[in-house]
Amino acid sequence: MTEPTPSPARRPEAAPPPEHTGDALVELDEVCVHYPIRRGVVFDRTVGWVYAVDGVSLRIERGRTYGLVGESGCGKSTLGKALLRLERPTSGSIRFDGIELSDMSGRRLRRMRRRMQMVFQDTLSSLDPRQSVESLLVEALRAHGLDEGSESTDRLLRELLSAVGLPAGALRGYPHEFSGGQRQRIGIARALAVRPELVVADEPVSALDVSVQAQVLNVLRDLQERFGLTYLVIAHDLAVVRHVADRVGVMYLGVLVEESDSDVLYERPMHPYTRALLSAVPVPDPEVEDRRERILLPGDLPSPAAPPSGCRFHTRCPWSRPGVCDVERPSLRDVGGGHLVACHYAESIERGRSPAESG
Amino acid sequence: MALLEVRDLAVRFVRRGEPTVAAVDGVSFDVPAGRTVGLVGESGCGKSVTSLAVMGLLPRDGTEVSGSVVLDGTELLGLSRREWDRRRGSEMSMVFQDPLTSLNPVVPLGIQVSEVMERHRGMSRRVATREAESLLDRVGIPDPRRRLREYSHQLSGGMRQRALIAMALACRPRLLIADEPTTALDVTIQAQILSLLRELVAETGTALVLITHDLGVVAGMCDEVNVLYAGRIVECADRHALFAAPRHPYTAGLLESVPRLDTPRGQRLAPIAGSVEDNIPWSVGCAFSPRCASALPVCSERSPAVETVGPGRLLRCHNPLDTDVGNTESSHD
Ligand SMILES: Nc1ncnc2c1ncn2[C@@H]1O[C@H](COP(=O)(O)OP(=O)(O)OP(=O)(O)O)[C@@H](O)[C@H]1O
Ligand SMILES: Nc1ncnc2c1ncn2[C@@H]1O[C@H](COP(=O)(O)OP(=O)(O)OP(=O)(O)O)[C@@H](O)[C@H]1O
Ligand code: SF4
Ligand code: SF4
Ligand SMILES: [Mg+2]
Ligand SMILES: [Mg+2]
Repeated sequence: MTEPTPSPARRPEAAPPPEHTGDALVELDEVCVHYPIRRGVVFDRTVGWVYAVDGVSLRIERGRTYGLVGESGCGKSTLGKALLRLERPTSGSIRFDGIELSDMSGRRLRRMRRRMQMVFQDTLSSLDPRQSVESLLVEALRAHGLDEGSESTDRLLRELLSAVGLPAGALRGYPHEFSGGQRQRIGIARALAVRPELVVADEPVSALDVSVQAQVLNVLRDLQERFGLTYLVIAHDLAVVRHVADRVGVMYLGVLVEESDSDVLYERPMHPYTRALLSAVPVPDPEVEDRRERILLPGDLPSPAAPPSGCRFHTRCPWSRPGVCDVERPSLRDVGGGHLVACHYAESIERGRSPAESG
Repeated sequence: MALLEVRDLAVRFVRRGEPTVAAVDGVSFDVPAGRTVGLVGESGCGKSVTSLAVMGLLPRDGTEVSGSVVLDGTELLGLSRREWDRRRGSEMSMVFQDPLTSLNPVVPLGIQVSEVMERHRGMSRRVATREAESLLDRVGIPDPRRRLREYSHQLSGGMRQRALIAMALACRPRLLIADEPTTALDVTIQAQILSLLRELVAETGTALVLITHDLGVVAGMCDEVNVLYAGRIVECADRHALFAAPRHPYTAGLLESVPRLDTPRGQRLAPIAGSVEDNIPWSVGCAFSPRCASALPVCSERSPAVETVGPGRLLRCHNPLDTDVGNTESSHD
């Protein structure tokens, strides 16, 4: 049996224990994805840019889960696609296992893609409804030259299905015959079929009923332990991300505004936007709901085609200080123990003082 | 007598060549004036069909509606279409999940809001426009005069939902039904809209029926909560009692399966087994029985009836979970 790439085989039966050695599988450095806004009847003219992702740096350690949260349009999906090179970054560097992807193309890129897979909100809805689950999975294998003859493929498919908690009989079914939760499991099986090292899951449970969400989240966790997978989980649901992620990044208008280990971020959010976001998440406990303090943000998200000057959050930030926040763009700095915050006044805000008082 | 009394409401969709769908299957609940009552449950359990039936907005063809819907002493089921149109708007109105589809894309916002008032409150165009402007201002739309001339696609999702709430309030309805009013919105915008709804209920005394699948939204908004499963209410309780000690296995299962911000991290979630596809018909037994960890043999043989198990607390279950004696009723207001 030959491996198409020098990566370690991740057969279900040969599952290596997850290693937390702290080496980065993914390293993004100042990644930008800008989409042109085009106008014009005869000649396409570029009249502006959507700064969908505008200078994001982060690293994801092998065997770990990085959670990316933020509101609609902040650039989460675009960043995920750039990482898998489904989108070409305008600038910046994307390294996977030490290999630079940002300028890669053609066969080399296709080979790399086997090692990185994506699970969407409803992966199967985009697929041919007349294709059975078996043929969907075989097709995924074949696309990467991993179909190794009927017997071993057969065994692999069965193992895949059982890993995601579906009966082997599901192979003969068609996507529409399954419930949302089952379809999502099939989508995950399909992503895992090619034995990736990295799985980018973009809103993997947001289309599911709450009772079924938990099943899929548990499946994702079990698979990670079993196959030593590395995850980038993108979601707008902060409770879901808290549950799955070791490290969490909060995006606002194309940039990271805060990043830290999950426990720290949720215990001690320091960026005003993260604080507002967390204070707005409803908690299923009336006693908590009645006495918690809410930070209501005024207004709407600004357009990513015309991001505010200085700190991008200054138009909605209750602590914004004119003359500083609207002029100087705060950099993402370490406030201790790897807790990164992009706010001029993070420390004084945390101490409960307004920036004005802190001088 | 409550402002709205729904009794044994049943809605069946009958299509030739297709099996009949019993979307709502004997639902009863009360909504007193000035209170917020929640209908909560997963996709397809009949929340929207219930609200459409109360509003008289279900398609007439192929739909069988039975039971009783009494608003302020008047039976609504069986009213003529015209009668119903008159009440909808003046006495009751509705906010939908997707504001884009409920606003007219080719009519400026201002005209849409002021028309409601011209029609139902007999205002002149001029007065109605002025009133519309103050309404938009009231629901937190900045620069309302300019917004009145804009079209729905020019507004953000949050602004559209505000506009829709403004329209729903234009006639000072006594009953407002909000069907997943914030599901399509971001959390910070959701927080704005929920706080707006809370203020409006407190100020105007409007009765609010809040439909949602989000238990967190229910916990912060509703006085009473009805939990729906497969077209029937399986548990009804005051929100404090419900969240302190859910007694129906489905309610308890829902609460245990959601990841939440206020519990220790890293615990494995306890999902409910299976999915609604596994349900059995209520006519046979408890629809939830194939998924229920507390199921007894009787559950798949006899349909559980609704029982009153405490003040304002209803339960439909053969084998409910125990209460922690003494602590559930203490937080009643
Ligand atoms: N192909 C494209 N061309 C132009 N603009 C785009 C394109 N794809 C995305 N955008 C814009 O880029 C911004 C970021 O989009 P993106 O889909 O990454 O956001 P997101 O954080 O994933 O949002 P959501 O939570 O709604 O999925 C948005 O303003 C979006 O409209
Ligand atoms: N016009 C219709 N014809 C036939 N069946 C319908 C019709 N409208 C709704 N149904 C069915 O009735 C059931 C209840 O639907 P309803 O829309 O009330 O669910 P819901 O609780 O609002 O769900 P969601 O959370 O997804 O909005 C579903 O099984 C649905 O498929
Ligand atoms: S830099 Fe200023 S505007 Fe930005 S988050 Fe901090 S206080 Fe608010
Ligand atoms: S009636 Fe039986 S099956 Fe249904 S919820 Fe109660 S215990 Fe479970
Ligand atoms: Mg997205
Ligand atoms: Mg609905």
